[in-house]
Formats: sequence, C-alpha cells, structure tokens
Amino acid sequence: MGKQSLKMLHFEKICEILNDHNYQQNKLIPILREIQDEYRYLPEEVMTFVASSLDISPSKVFGVATFFEHFKLSPRGKYIIKICDGTACHVKGSMNLYKTIKEKIGLKDGNETTDDLLFTLETVSCLGACGLAPVMVINDKVYGQLTPGKTETIIEEIIEKEKK
Amino acid sequence: MCINFQEIKKDYEKKTKDIKKRIIICAGTGCVANGSLDVYDEFIKEIKKQNLNISVNLYKEEQNEGFQVSKSGCQGFCQMGPLVAIEPGEILYVKVKSEDVKEIVNKTLKNDEIVEKLLYKDPQNKKICKTKKEIPFYKEQQRYVLEECGVIDPEDINEYIAKGGYESAKKVYTMFEPKEICEEIIQSGLRGRGGGGFPTGKKWEFTRVKKSESKFIICNGDEGDPGAFMDRSIMEGNPHSIIEGMMIAAKAVGADKGYIYVRTEYPLAVKRIKKAIKIAEDMGILGENIFGSGEKFILEVMEGAGAFVCGEETALMSSIEGNRGMPMPKPPYPADKGLWKEPTVINNVETLATIPLIIKDGASEFRKIGTKNSPGTKVFALTGNVSNTGLIEVPFGTTLREIIYDIGGGVLDKNNEINNDTFKAVQIGGPSGGCLTEDELDIEMDFDNLIEIGAMVGSGGLVVIGKNTCIVQVAQFFMQFTQNESCGKCVPCREGTKQLLTLLNDIIDGRGTNKTLDELERLSHVITKSSLCGLGKTAPSPVLSTLKNFRAEYEAHVIQKKCIAGECEALVIPQIDSEKCKGCTLCAKVCPVDAIQGNPKEVHEIDEDLCIRCGACAEKCNFNAIMGV
Repeated sequence: MGKQSLKMLHFEKICEILNDHNYQQNKLIPILREIQDEYRYLPEEVMTFVASSLDISPSKVFGVATFFEHFKLSPRGKYIIKICDGTACHVKGSMNLYKTIKEKIGLKDGNETTDDLLFTLETVSCLGACGLAPVMVINDKVYGQLTPGKTETIIEEIIEKEKK
Repeated sequence: MCINFQEIKKDYEKKTKDIKKRIIICAGTGCVANGSLDVYDEFIKEIKKQNLNISVNLYKEEQNEGFQVSKSGCQGFCQMGPLVAIEPGEILYVKVKSEDVKEIVNKTLKNDEIVEKLLYKDPQNKKICKTKKEIPFYKEQQRYVLEECGVIDPEDINEYIAKGGYESAKKVYTMFEPKEICEEIIQSGLRGRGGGGFPTGKKWEFTRVKKSESKFIICNGDEGDPGAFMDRSIMEGNPHSIIEGMMIAAKAVGADKGYIYVRTEYPLAVKRIKKAIKIAEDMGILGENIFGSGEKFILEVMEGAGAFVCGEETALMSSIEGNRGMPMPKPPYPADKGLWKEPTVINNVETLATIPLIIKDGASEFRKIGTKNSPGTKVFALTGNVSNTGLIEVPFGTTLREIIYDIGGGVLDKNNEINNDTFKAVQIGGPSGGCLTEDELDIEMDFDNLIEIGAMVGSGGLVVIGKNTCIVQVAQFFMQFTQNESCGKCVPCREGTKQLLTLLNDIIDGRGTNKTLDELERLSHVITKSSLCGLGKTAPSPVLSTLKNFRAEYEAHVIQKKCIAGECEALVIPQIDSEKCKGCTLCAKVCPVDAIQGNPKEVHEIDEDLCIRCGACAEKCNFNAIMGV
C-alpha cells in the first residue's frame, strides 16, 4: 500500500469520526481525541481538514489542540511511558525513575520521543494511584511501587520483545 | 414507565440466597496495577477445576449456589493490594497473588480455615488482623459515602438497587416538590466537597429560582490535584450513586440534561460511568418520563483532555462548549449564566454521591455526623511518608493526629521504617492548600478551621512529609505544577507564578538572600488578590503556608546556606565519609581556604563555615570520601 492510499484511508476514518459527532462544533474536543487515538498525534493537515469540515477557523482548532496537554502535535512513540510526578510519587522518588528510563532508552536531552519512534517518555501531574507511589503507566498499563531496578527490567522486557 | 424496585430486590435475594461464600476481589486502579485481575481469573479457574459450584454472572444461571466470585471498586487500602475479601465473616486477605488462590480455595472456602500468612499484620504491635474491622486502617474510619464502594459490584445495577439504590431518586421524583428538595439539602448543611465548601443546597436554590428554557447539571470529575484520588474511586466503585445524585439535583432545579466531566487520565472511571449510564437508560431509570413523573433527564460523559484548570467551573464549562478551557470572571455565576449561558449547577463527585444518602436518611440524621458547620464525612487520600496509604473516610472534626497515627499507622523514615520522630509536615488540599506542622495536628478539621490556619480541605489530598524532605522543594514542586497548569489568561497568575518559581529556584540553588523571602511574600499577596480564578488566587498558598510555618528552614537556606534535609544539592553540608577517609591529607593540602583539618592517617573534617564549596578536595580525593561539594 502506497503512502498516498494510506493517507486516504485515514481521511475516511476522520470523516467517519466527524459523522459520528454530527459535525457539531462543540464536539471539537472529543473529535480531536478520537483522531489522536487513530494517529497517535494530530498532524497539521488533519487539523485544517477538521476546521473546514466543522466550519470553524484553523486557528481555533490549533488553539484548542495546543491548550490541552492530552493533544500532541508531533509524532509519538509506539510505547508511551508516563511517569507520575504527583505529590506522593514525587516524595517517593519519581524523578529517579525518569532518569533511569531516559538513560535506558537513550533519549536525547530536550526530546520526548526516541529517534526510532519506539518510546515516548513524559511526566504527568497525577495518575490518581497515589497509594502505589511511585507509579508509571505504559500504554494504559499501570505499574506501581516501582524502584529504578524494577523499572529497568520492565523497559528491558519491552526492548527484547520488539527485537523479535 | 415505572420500575418495580421491590421485584428487582426480591429477584436479587432469590438469586443470592443459596450462595455460601462470596469472594470480592478489588478491581480499583491500584489493585489492578498489582495484578488483581489475574487473581480474579485464577479464582474462577481453580474453583471450576475442583468441580465446585461457582457463580460468576448472577443473571445467567437460574439458580446460584456455592461460591460467588465478583469484582468491586476500590476498597481503599491500595498499598496492600491486591485485596480479596471473603463474605460472610469479613475476612480480608492482603497482597494476594495467583499462587495463593489454591490455598484460599482449599482452606477458607472449603473448610472455613484461615490462611494466616495472607492476613494483615499490624507493623506496630505485630498483631494479626483477621477481619477488616480489626485492621486499624479501617477500624478508625467512618465509611459513609464509601460504604458500598469496594463491596458491591460497580457494574451490576441490581446489586445497587438491592441495597436501596435509586430509592432516593424515586422518592424525590414521585413525592417531592423541587423547592422541598432544595430545602432538605440546605437543612442538611452539606457543603461542596470539591474545595470551596459552598453550601450545596443554596447553589441549587439559586439555580431553581431562575426562569429558563433549559438548565444543566454538571458533575465535576476533573480531579486534577496531585495526591487526590477519591473522585476516581467513587466513579470506579459506585458510579450509580453519582447518577442518582445528579438525578435528584436535576429534579431540584428543573434541569433536563447533565454532563459528567471525567479526567482523561482515568480510563477505568470513564468506562464504568458510561456503562452505568447505559444500563440505567436501558432499565428506564434515566431518560424520558422518569418514574412516571413526566420529567426527563439525559446524561452524557465528557472526557477532559488534560488541563488542570478545567477543574475550575467556568473553565470546565468552556471546554464542554468546545473551546479552550479558560476561566471567566465571576459573576455571573453558573447558577445565573452557566453552560451555553443557561443556569447550571456544577457539583463535585463526592458531593453528588452524598446526596442520595441525605435524602434516604433525612437532613437531621445527616447533621448528626461531623461538626456543626461542616456536617457529614470527608474522604481523604492519605499518601506520602506514612505507613498505611490509601483512601480513607472520616467525619469532619477528626484531627490530623488521629488520621496520621491511628489510621495511617505512623510516619515512615527514609528507610521505610516507622519512626514518628521523623514527622515534619502534612500537606493538605493540594496545590491550593498548605503545609501544617506538629502544633496544628490537634485542630478539629472542618472547612472553617482549616481556612483559619491558612490551609483548606481542598480536594482532600493529605501528603505526609518526613524530615528528609526539604520544605522549600515542596513549595517549589507545587509552584512548578501551578506554573505548568496556569492557563495564561490573566497576568498575575501567568507571570506571577513564574516569578515565584524563579525566586524559589534561587533559594534552592543557593542564590537566595533575606530580600528573596520578602519578595516571595509580597508577590504571593499580589497574586492572591489579583488573579482571575481560584487556581491563581490559591496558587501562592503552598509558599505562604510554608513561609509561615517553616520560616527557619527558609532562613537556613538563604542565610547559613544550608539545607537541613540535605536535598538541595547546591546547599548540602560538605562532609567527609569517615569510613572511606584514609587520612592521606591530600584534601587538606589542596584546600584554598584551609577549611579541612585532621592528622595524617586519621579521619579529616571540613569546617563548614570556612568552606567555599569549590570542590577542589573532592576532585583530589582518591577514595570518593568527600560528599556535598
């Protein structure tokens, strides 16, 4: 399948999402959310497409997309690692986990995603699993009561799995 | 359509009457992360393997016998998860693994024997606790809103109804006038659990008297405070109680449409709420002509998109409308011009979950719990350096000392051992709250008492902070948070929090002076007075409360350039490790200010007053014995 047809396919999916929401302007946030589930981020051409479909200005779509932490404007990794840095996790050493993972996946300073698009590493303010601090989430799976050692093993397992 | 609750109850009783034992496995986010779903599967596998009677889905079989395996919402004691409760007998097994299932089935289920190694052992007196009631963590609590949370199956509406659920909604839809409902809630003295503590009944009454074509009810489940997770647990553990609360609110103010706004970080809560709404609609509880009253109420779930400021009511409504979630100046209040400029009631999850209980028990019964000005209970999320972490519920008027030492089981030191001498502070109310000290632990907590001492109930996060945590860094942590989450609409919050953060970083990096502290204080007051919304107005609270209660520690940072907790790298007191030092004298020779003393072959010492932290000694030392320069 060529690159062009892949894109077409996705625009069809976007039309479907827009249809599901009856092209309602006030459903912009759920629409963007579902599109991001499809792409893992919000490509610029998709945002302009959504804007013209809903008859609102691209700047409004861009404004909403940049306002909310959940929306990402650049490609993201296959595995999204969220380290909780809420109060409880912070007090229990969450930043040590961050450092460990950053080293393990070879993430460059200032980047969130590795060059091979395998991992994205970010911190979130609170995952609400404070009883298990420190906590991280990899693609919706929650890992609790972590230590740098445990964290390293989890990441190693993923790297191994991906090599196969 | 009128649903016959009596029939559902009878049917439920009939279905469950032959069940010998019920195994309740906690399926809250915490326990799931610890592998409780594997334990659940293992129970089903093992019971089937042994050819015992099992019931997983009550409604599939005509007759249920033997053992019922079910999932529940959060049981609260997250740290000890996965939790497995066995009824009757109130047995609670903690930290259960799949490997333990066989033993539980063989001993407890078949022969009524206890598996001792899986019981909770009190670390303070080594006492083994057989039932939930014996465990200090549960014993000292009063579970009112959370009573059914962690017992019932959140995905089974019939069980909720069998326990008296939706009776309150039926009562108000068939017997109450809207005005009477508002009066009942005003009478009960219920105050908003989301932070501000505004009387809920009054909020409803303001909305009720407004004349309008359409009105809205919003449930604020955008629980963004780091360190708080009670709303998540209620949404996951007892979603129908929230729906019922919203139905009662809708009847009280005359609304026909409601939104439940849930954080995107809570996927399980979203799933359970959506499912609960669907079932309630299918049964005819939600929708058109509720309980034959001719009234309708439609509910929709709106997922947030990761913006803390959307917990502020005007910002939340703006994001439901599909805009950037930015707050608006108040007035007009939501009761006047809310969602799409229509009168709107916006209540917190815990508040709404309390409503059906008030209608059921009556306002005067409810007033018997808690204090005069803050009736009822409050759920707190107890976390940080404390032995028992998890979700707790206590009546207002309970002291922090009771919570931390009786329920929490004491303070942990840096080696995770109980050592109550290491208590330093307790942070209450998240980024809008404050840090309290030992002296304030005996104050009876309610909305007003806490405001008086510069803190607030807020969302109910309680983070215990030990002596090894630097208080300036705690303030900096919260300031970093509010700075990240400031929406940028008003200058005092956007620029002010940035400057506060810079000042705090100056102190941490050793550049602070006495003037820095004065600046911090002055700027904090400016932000408090001039910000647009609650987020900005309360943003400086962590700074102000730590400055007030821990002034000496701030001064140590700026005057003596010392961090007592040893956390600020730039201010660590330089020291020579006596075990590593060989007494080679190299460091003393290289020190430019002669701050190192010691005889050859003996452990050397650094005079911290003379030391200029140039690092020359550490560079020269062959044994890595010098720390903190």
